[in-house]
Amino acid sequence: MKEKGRRLRALKAAFPYTVPIFASFWFLGVAYGIYMNVSGFSFWYPLAMSALIFGGSLEFIVVTMLLSAFAPMQAFLVALMIQARHLFYGISMLEKYKGMGWKKCYLIFGLCDETFSINYTAKVPENVDRGWFYFFVTLLNQIYWVSGSTLGGLLGSVLSFNTKGLDFVMTAMFVVILMEQLKKEKKHYTALIGLAASVLCLVICGPDSFLIPTMLTILCFLTLCRKPIEKAGGLA
Amino acid sequence: MTIQQQIIIIAVCVLATMTTRFLPFLIFSSKRPTPKYIQYLGKALPSAIFGMLVIYCLKNVSILQGSHGFPELIAILVTIGMHLWQKKMLLSIACGTVCYMLLIQLVF
Repeated sequence: MKEKGRRLRALKAAFPYTVPIFASFWFLGVAYGIYMNVSGFSFWYPLAMSALIFGGSLEFIVVTMLLSAFAPMQAFLVALMIQARHLFYGISMLEKYKGMGWKKCYLIFGLCDETFSINYTAKVPENVDRGWFYFFVTLLNQIYWVSGSTLGGLLGSVLSFNTKGLDFVMTAMFVVILMEQLKKEKKHYTALIGLAASVLCLVICGPDSFLIPTMLTILCFLTLCRKPIEKAGGLA
Repeated sequence: MTIQQQIIIIAVCVLATMTTRFLPFLIFSSKRPTPKYIQYLGKALPSAIFGMLVIYCLKNVSILQGSHGFPELIAILVTIGMHLWQKKMLLSIACGTVCYMLLIQLVF
């Protein structure tokens, strides 16, 4: 009974944080499912990929891979490069996910952009179990994504959109999460490094291949500027 | 592509994804203390990553063509303004998104 109450409290605390993700995952997920459907795949494909990969940007690219010549090694390397940012999420969550027991495996499995953003920044209330809070954020997000993409795959071209621009919900969410994160620091060197490196690499390398150079640039600058950042109170 | 080949491609992508998600936790086990440099990165990276994710969402916006990125800029300013004023995450996100949808459907 006590355990059940703890879980329910964590679910109630986690749900509001996931509402914007519900909006964006259903929009993007349905769009992804439709894309798979019109590319000639049954709904089992988006269902399986959303459940097993649970990473939107890669899943869109897998469609192209499945329609091209069979090249598993190349697919592996492309997937590694697209997903490399998860290494950063893992490093950032090392301390928070310590001592989570059996839940830890699922928490790491489901550590996508949005789940990381919420679980890293959310202020979990004192009386709520952190482990269950993280667990429900991860689970709810995955349920939204899998159900959205499966629905899109089932309905296919039957659906018509008049929701142009709804995908901005993701941008707005990351803007707000960045602001929340900035409130915790005295100096904003690290955020500026992230923004400047991204813009610079985007201009130089273009939208399809700027993530890896951006990550390397960020890593370089954070390492070189460690002393001044720590001294100035640039860490949350 | 045969069904077996499709399964292999999907499996390979799952493997790559899980490698990137699990690797940090496997290298830095919770039984030993995490190296100071990695602890520093764990604290310094998030702000930089959130900045990167904002730019990532905007990567296909062209400043030189079409609407020159004005709808995005206005909607982001509305989001920031709402968040500074009301400090409610959901409200700020909803206002920014509705503003963007109205802008690209009716104005631009």
